[in-house]
Amino acid sequence: MVVHMLDTQKASDWIPPTDEIKVEDIAELIAPLKHKPGALLPILHAIQGAYGYIPGEAIALVAKALRQTRAEIHGVVSFYHHFRTQPPGIHVIQICRAESCQAQGSRALETHVHQTLGIEYHQTTLSKEFSLEPVYCLGNCACGPNIRVGDRIHGRVTAQRFDHVIAALQTHAVELQ
Amino acid sequence: MMTPVKIYVPNDTTALSLEADEVALRIQQAATEQGVSIELVRNGSRGLCWLEPLVEVETSRDRLAFGPVSPDDVSDLVAAGLLTGQQTHPLALGDIELHPYLAKQQRLTFSRIGKTNPVSLEDYSRLGGWRGLEQALALTPQATVDEIINSGLRGRGGAAFPTGIKWQTVLDTSAQQKYIVCNADEGDSGTFADRLVMECDPYMLIEGMIIAGLAVGATQGYIYLRSEYPVAHDIMNEALARAYAAGYLGQKVGGSAHAFDLEVRLGAGAYICGEETSLLESLEGKRGMVRFKPPLPAIEGLFGLPTVVNNVLSLAAVPFILDKGAAAYADYGMGRSRGTLALQLAGNVKQGGLVERAFGLTLRELMEDFGGGTLTGRPLKAVQVGGPLGAYLPASQWDAPLDYEGYAEFGGVVGHGGVVMFDDTVNLGEQARFAMEFCAEESCGKCTPCRIGSIRGVEVIDRIRAGTESDQNLELLSDLCETMVDGSLCAMGGMTPIPVQSILTHFPEDLAAPAFKPSSATGAKFHA
Repeated sequence: MVVHMLDTQKASDWIPPTDEIKVEDIAELIAPLKHKPGALLPILHAIQGAYGYIPGEAIALVAKALRQTRAEIHGVVSFYHHFRTQPPGIHVIQICRAESCQAQGSRALETHVHQTLGIEYHQTTLSKEFSLEPVYCLGNCACGPNIRVGDRIHGRVTAQRFDHVIAALQTHAVELQ
Repeated sequence: MMTPVKIYVPNDTTALSLEADEVALRIQQAATEQGVSIELVRNGSRGLCWLEPLVEVETSRDRLAFGPVSPDDVSDLVAAGLLTGQQTHPLALGDIELHPYLAKQQRLTFSRIGKTNPVSLEDYSRLGGWRGLEQALALTPQATVDEIINSGLRGRGGAAFPTGIKWQTVLDTSAQQKYIVCNADEGDSGTFADRLVMECDPYMLIEGMIIAGLAVGATQGYIYLRSEYPVAHDIMNEALARAYAAGYLGQKVGGSAHAFDLEVRLGAGAYICGEETSLLESLEGKRGMVRFKPPLPAIEGLFGLPTVVNNVLSLAAVPFILDKGAAAYADYGMGRSRGTLALQLAGNVKQGGLVERAFGLTLRELMEDFGGGTLTGRPLKAVQVGGPLGAYLPASQWDAPLDYEGYAEFGGVVGHGGVVMFDDTVNLGEQARFAMEFCAEESCGKCTPCRIGSIRGVEVIDRIRAGTESDQNLELLSDLCETMVDGSLCAMGGMTPIPVQSILTHFPEDLAAPAFKPSSATGAKFHA
């Protein structure tokens, strides 16, 4: 296996964000969805869409709304790579690790990204700016290597192009403040 | 007053990933600066991925293409007369439909992609949309199912099970509630045909699902879409909203007495959910654990009720079959593989993209005539066909015609039609390791050969590559592969050994420890 968590910057070491998580807000996300057949994934997507992760407080609320146990909800959350239980950095970067991107140089790109950001997969930079995740195919296989930042996919990503993408994000983040 | 020049800039994932939005913006700015009135259309992709962003200019005379266009090319292109459709710039391609890459294809399913704005209902109707549905509304459910059976259509997701037989099974059940589920969890590396359907011709999928609903008596459909496809998600949802507003979905489909509701449900990054029973579990809001079969989903599927689970491409082929007739579809193909196959050229390829052709094309024709060889210009070494569970094929197997039975004979997998090319710099030992690693990462964990076998597989391959008791470990690997093939519950564990065994057979030298290059032995382990 690839060594996923090498150094000390594990997701679990994070300080939770100061934004208060309000139970009423989560309940408001659950209410319109809970009557759908098979409502759990749509609900989890709505919560992660709002918070960037599934806060611990949400598990009990979802369990109650769907008349399931907290263990069942936790079991589903932990099954899927997409759902996370810790807040990510401002930008979540996914690198495609699948074969087609490998054939186009993604292994070299991975090395460059790890070195540039100073983190491994499933980690977040100390600045809380970037989280790095692997992804297995973004469906842009004729124009790899591919990365996804938020909902934006970038194709034919060389080391240089990656640096440009990152630089643009950093400029943008400063402007927002 | 002259009609404004129409300029097309695609908005599918590939074009967007190569800055199509910026290209569109700069074209609009240039037009404004020059006082030229243009109509900017965001169309789908034509599937010629290496030419994206492919800009087309439509004047009263003709429609001409330029590509690949980067944002920095725009000012030069405009200076060379882009806005009036002049073809003097080096990126000019002429009429794209005459390009050999397109002209040599047989596009039945993908006949419309890239021509227009994919969510325009007007364009869809104008280009032959809804005709299959009209036919189905006039036919009995049994007659519709017969059309699909007679077309010879087989599941395009990879398993190649006859689609019509599946429909017949669901039609024959007496349940009050039945479901149509579209498997849009296109997780195989090297495949993007489902994505192109959803992003470039979404109404075709909607039409296919409505027809399936009418045929088997289902009133509810779900599209299970992978979360890795944000663009497809947006476009599909927009198309659904418009189809509802226009009355194609809802209580009175196309003004008939039939009801059909359709919803997109998002997956959450689990390759195993492409397996149909795991997908159903996920739709029900559970962990995506594979179910035992039987019962078949056609008898006890979603929420325990009869369910058609079809791949995007299978459902997308349905409108054509109903419109033109089963025979028109079955005329294409060879042997028991009827119709067309959507091949997706990917990996290290000069001209990657979608190639829809009747079954029977050879890999060599595909990679050379269409692909134009490798992007790096280096010799091709191996080709993985059929996704991460497909074999790595050596040159000696590139001349076999692509059809399900032919490929099965030599252990190849057509799968979902993904073709990933590798040049001679690839180390297939590394790829064998990755096959096991991927299985370990994505296994649902239900059965031992898959869950534990894949982890042991990574370890054994590491020992072989490090030169530790190579002979014994090679034997152990063969044995492990057999156990996984024979003992796994589904294709994930059962087929993971296929790429590994193909490497053992055809590229054994790549699995050997690098005896004469001791310095490279350690460095390779980290990101393999």
